[in-house]
Amino acid sequence: MSVIEVSGLSKRYGQTLAVDDISFDVPRGQTVGLLGGNGAGKTTTIAMLLGLLIPTSGRISILGHDMARDRFSALARMNFSSPYVALPHRLTVAENLRVYGHLYDVPRIDRRIAELADELDLHALLGRPAGELSAGQKTRVALAKSLINRPELLLLDEPTASLDPDTGDLVRGWLERYRAESGCTVLLASHNMAEVERLCSDILVMKRGRIVDRGTPEELLARYRRDDLEEVFLDIARDRTAEAVS
Amino acid sequence: MTALRPALRRVWGLMYRHIALYRHSWPRLVELAYWPTLQTLIWGFTASFFASRIGIGSVANASATALGVLLGGVLLWEVALRSQMGMAISFLEEIWSRNLGHVFVSPLRPSELVAALIGMSIIRMVVGLAPAVLLAWLLYAFNLFALGPVLMLFVANLMVMGWWVALGVVSLLLRHGAGAESLAWSVLFGLTPFSAVFYPISALPEALRPIALILPSAHVFEGMRAAIATGGIAWGELGWAVGLNLVWLVLGAALFTRQFRVARERGALLSIGE
Repeated sequence: MSVIEVSGLSKRYGQTLAVDDISFDVPRGQTVGLLGGNGAGKTTTIAMLLGLLIPTSGRISILGHDMARDRFSALARMNFSSPYVALPHRLTVAENLRVYGHLYDVPRIDRRIAELADELDLHALLGRPAGELSAGQKTRVALAKSLINRPELLLLDEPTASLDPDTGDLVRGWLERYRAESGCTVLLASHNMAEVERLCSDILVMKRGRIVDRGTPEELLARYRRDDLEEVFLDIARDRTAEAVS
Repeated sequence: MTALRPALRRVWGLMYRHIALYRHSWPRLVELAYWPTLQTLIWGFTASFFASRIGIGSVANASATALGVLLGGVLLWEVALRSQMGMAISFLEEIWSRNLGHVFVSPLRPSELVAALIGMSIIRMVVGLAPAVLLAWLLYAFNLFALGPVLMLFVANLMVMGWWVALGVVSLLLRHGAGAESLAWSVLFGLTPFSAVFYPISALPEALRPIALILPSAHVFEGMRAAIATGGIAWGELGWAVGLNLVWLVLGAALFTRQFRVARERGALLSIGE
């Protein structure tokens, strides 16, 4: 059964067609990458999956819930993390996590916060204001927030953007372990090709609002006859089709 | 009951976020009480000065009534102002902290967001007004609670008025983003002349009276003056205030619901802080 089912999804802003009639599904337990350059439609697609944006047309079903009619049932079972959305700076990390524990109706919040602090090495940060943390620490806290309700579906928008290579690697390693242990489904939007290659079992490539290719990292590399996904990304961005490359 | 408990937790979650913010920010706490206290001091000393100049015999009773009308007006108008600001500024805090992207992808319903904002508006109003009410009693021997149980009806009506005005402000914030934030402070001040806070509706030019008559606040203050002058309850005025509040509240809720949907259609929830 698919956790995300999208069919005929479009979003138009005036004359601009940001997302153009896309359809895809994400099977349970997989980590699927959403790849594309700036303006490809990734953020718009994620916003529609989260219910922040009403599609112009098309249908989204998440965990069996129609997002047009029953989005709150789906939202309770999923979560989201992005470095571009902040947590209140003056609140401590523990207070921030407690807020979201209440919003997601998490039982025994303090125990859950302690578990997350163990897993993400947050104990030293719990009493500190969120605004005083480094970029790497903020990313770990944002991940903790996104896991507070033990989501069945996790949407990650560039989770390691602005992190140094060491911290980025730690976060990626942790995401791999978490997905393997929890069986959580992950949709990951990223510009980091190494990250996508390492984490994703399946990749959707978007360009100008459309899905222009899909496959496992190995399939994409073979189709474009390239050694790494960055070259595949450039081929697609520069309109070099798989047929032309081969 | 099974659906109510998580709903109440979500409402409390958002209120807890604001209460935690106040625990960490004493300037915000001071700001809550600053204006109500200042207004009480200015109007209290002004009224006391005039009362001391004309206060003999039956004129003394009239000046005491005038002091009561002025201070009662100041304090009760602050109820509406603080309720409106409490709700609108709590929403602005979410915009300023760039937190709405997380809040709106949680299971928090728009109605629960409004309930949490109302909860914060009540807390902010009580904390902000308590020092002013105490000062009015200590400095000018004006006891707001001497109005009796009808005071609760006045306060409730003015709070509700603050809420529907705030729903309008939040709707404009959803439409125009932080660019509309100055309305959170100013919009209700614009209604002060028509709310007949310090003078009867009949003191307004005839052409402006219809504006006053469609505002619940004007009826509340007519009722307050009647209570101070005669000790009686002007049930007619209170009835008008309740009826008008219901109409305005329904209109405010409809505007908020529509604007929230429009914001989701336009993608404004993604860029509301800009």
